[in-house]
Amino acid sequence: MIRHLLSSADLDAGTALQILDTAAEMATVAGREVKKLPALRGRTVVNLFYEDSTRTRISFEAAAKRLSADVINFSVKGSSVAKGESLKDTALTLQAMGADAVVVRHPASGAPYQLADWIDGSVVNAGDGTHEHPTQALLDAYTMRSRLGRLAGLSVAVVGDVLHSRVARSNVLLLSTLGAKVTLVGPPPLIPVDIAAALAPGTAVCYDLDSVLPQSDVVMMLRVQRERMNDSYFPSAREYARRYGLDGSRMRRLPEHAIVMHPGPMNRGMEITSEVADSPRSTIVEQVANGVSVRMAVLYLLLGGNNR
Amino acid sequence: MTAYLITNVSVLGAAPTDLLIRDGVVAETGVGLTAAGAVVVDGTGLVALPGLVDLHTHLREPGREDAETVETGSRAAALGGYTAVCAMANTSPVADTAGVVEQVWRLGREAGLVDVQPIGAVTVGLAGERLAELGAMADSAARVRIFSDDGHCVADPRLMRRALEYVKAFDGVVAQHAEEPRLTEGAQMHEGEISTRLGLTGWPAVAEEAIIARDVLLAEHVGSRLHICHVSTAGSVGVLRQAKARGVRVTAEVTPHHLLLTDEKAVTYDPVYKVNPPLRTAADVAALRTALAEGVVDIVATDHAPHAVEDKECEWAYARPGMLGLETALSITLDVLGPRWDLIAERMSRTPARIAGLTEHGHDPAPGAPANLTLVDPAAQRVIEPTELASRSSNTPYARMTLPGRIVATFLRGEATVLDGKAVK
Repeated sequence: MIRHLLSSADLDAGTALQILDTAAEMATVAGREVKKLPALRGRTVVNLFYEDSTRTRISFEAAAKRLSADVINFSVKGSSVAKGESLKDTALTLQAMGADAVVVRHPASGAPYQLADWIDGSVVNAGDGTHEHPTQALLDAYTMRSRLGRLAGLSVAVVGDVLHSRVARSNVLLLSTLGAKVTLVGPPPLIPVDIAAALAPGTAVCYDLDSVLPQSDVVMMLRVQRERMNDSYFPSAREYARRYGLDGSRMRRLPEHAIVMHPGPMNRGMEITSEVADSPRSTIVEQVANGVSVRMAVLYLLLGGNNR
Repeated sequence: MTAYLITNVSVLGAAPTDLLIRDGVVAETGVGLTAAGAVVVDGTGLVALPGLVDLHTHLREPGREDAETVETGSRAAALGGYTAVCAMANTSPVADTAGVVEQVWRLGREAGLVDVQPIGAVTVGLAGERLAELGAMADSAARVRIFSDDGHCVADPRLMRRALEYVKAFDGVVAQHAEEPRLTEGAQMHEGEISTRLGLTGWPAVAEEAIIARDVLLAEHVGSRLHICHVSTAGSVGVLRQAKARGVRVTAEVTPHHLLLTDEKAVTYDPVYKVNPPLRTAADVAALRTALAEGVVDIVATDHAPHAVEDKECEWAYARPGMLGLETALSITLDVLGPRWDLIAERMSRTPARIAGLTEHGHDPAPGAPANLTLVDPAAQRVIEPTELASRSSNTPYARMTLPGRIVATFLRGEATVLDGKAVK
């Protein structure tokens, strides 16, 4: 097993599938009356959050606690970080406290890589800038496999602000490793340059959502911040929604079995309408539940797994 | 004044000879010289070059003496074979008045290891809004001839035109940091495959090329001299090639790091590789090497940019851009151009001295020439250890790399600043 999870590129197909299979076992715990395993008893997991992300933090917290780990939440507010302590000094502090794993969310791309250099424990990237969010990709893959029974050969459309999306990068890498075919869809200014060469050679790019939908098994809608229009990435929220938003009529162009995903939080009316978000095709609530199982699997395999 | 007899040394790769240095000049050359009382320096196996001239150095004083001072930067320069460096204006306070440039010039004299020629800011506070008192800086004791807002582009085309025109009165030159600011907002590294993979905001090549294209046209229109700092892209080389063919009075520099390193270095997110303009692709490196050999790019300039540890040991996005260069520039140029000593002298000494108007520098060691020279051991191999560098900072991108060539001695106006590879003071 790997020591850190910094990027989806750290995972080969075997390791990724091991995590998904382990997550499936972990999911059975959620159905029990006592939702707890002793696997990480005596281990310390630090949630180091430099960005507000209640959803991701509580998902990791729940995962660690269900494995009986001691959890310390270290967030910017009310800590020395707000007073300007450097990442390195924070890392040395966590090292001195004996953190076995540090789950880090940071606005700067690459910060988890530096953290991994400075501490002995495992580092899990819980989202770094516009780089990656590998556990999101794992929970998305888990959700696709649960709903559609397989990953190899699936056609997945990832739609929206790919340029600023760490979810998109991690998904392209992981899905390609697992044999799915990814098509990125969005207005051209929001599709980063050389994306196929940068991430996975088979990745396709299309600027026309309607032409992609009939061939898609999965449509993953990315959150699009309205402020992007102020920087000329697109003219207006209304035009964005008209060209790249997923509404009921577009959803009906999808094959019967296709699912609609969103990493949350959603901008209802922008990239997705309520009709779609609340439809049976939507996996949005399942994704949240699966997130806990997948993060349990990651922590279990990094800390308590088969290499110890 | 001590006299030095350098024996059996190859001047620019020619057959070995002796050099007698006395009273600040090269007094005599020839085989079998003797001189009573002269300190003998064994030059066997060494190559004598005119003292190197750096058109682009950040000495950080005044303001960031924790990162570098005029003295420590001068020592690094002498150890790198330099006898003159041009100190960039982005200090704190900014070198935008006669007072600040004279302070830097005086500090350089006091350190006495290289000639420190201050560069003046083009605009007040580097803010790009109104011209600094360029004439006052030109008339000061520092005799400023190069003006640059380096670190910032003089982006306003009207202001750039006026600056180019104004400095004609005292044969000045504007050294442009070519970066269209609207195209590089938030930029962290070269825009391309690697920036996409790393999720770092891209710095597109066109942001440099568009400004160079505009500025060569402006310089042509007003008939002024223009210098382009740290050219980093193949497209910029193309623009310069065309402009020079038309006779535009433009010169350009390339840094050692843009001749050697590529954007692939960013994959570890180690901010030691963060620099502005950013490291580019292998194709850009190849184009720059060709351009330097051909003279489309006129000179090598270091953009020596010392930074304190805390400004580099942090998240990539928060780190300050820049890397050390003075103590490694000759080695990298030697690596890139090979032992073509006349070409190296042209690109690292004669031409930069000419651009800067430093008439005492850039002269080959010959009888009567000012004794500003350096001795290189081309056969030596060095492993770069950041903590062993003379600079107060240690942000070298060449840590633990083995580089060819070593500076054995440097002379400034006949006085040794470096002997046996060590600074004399």
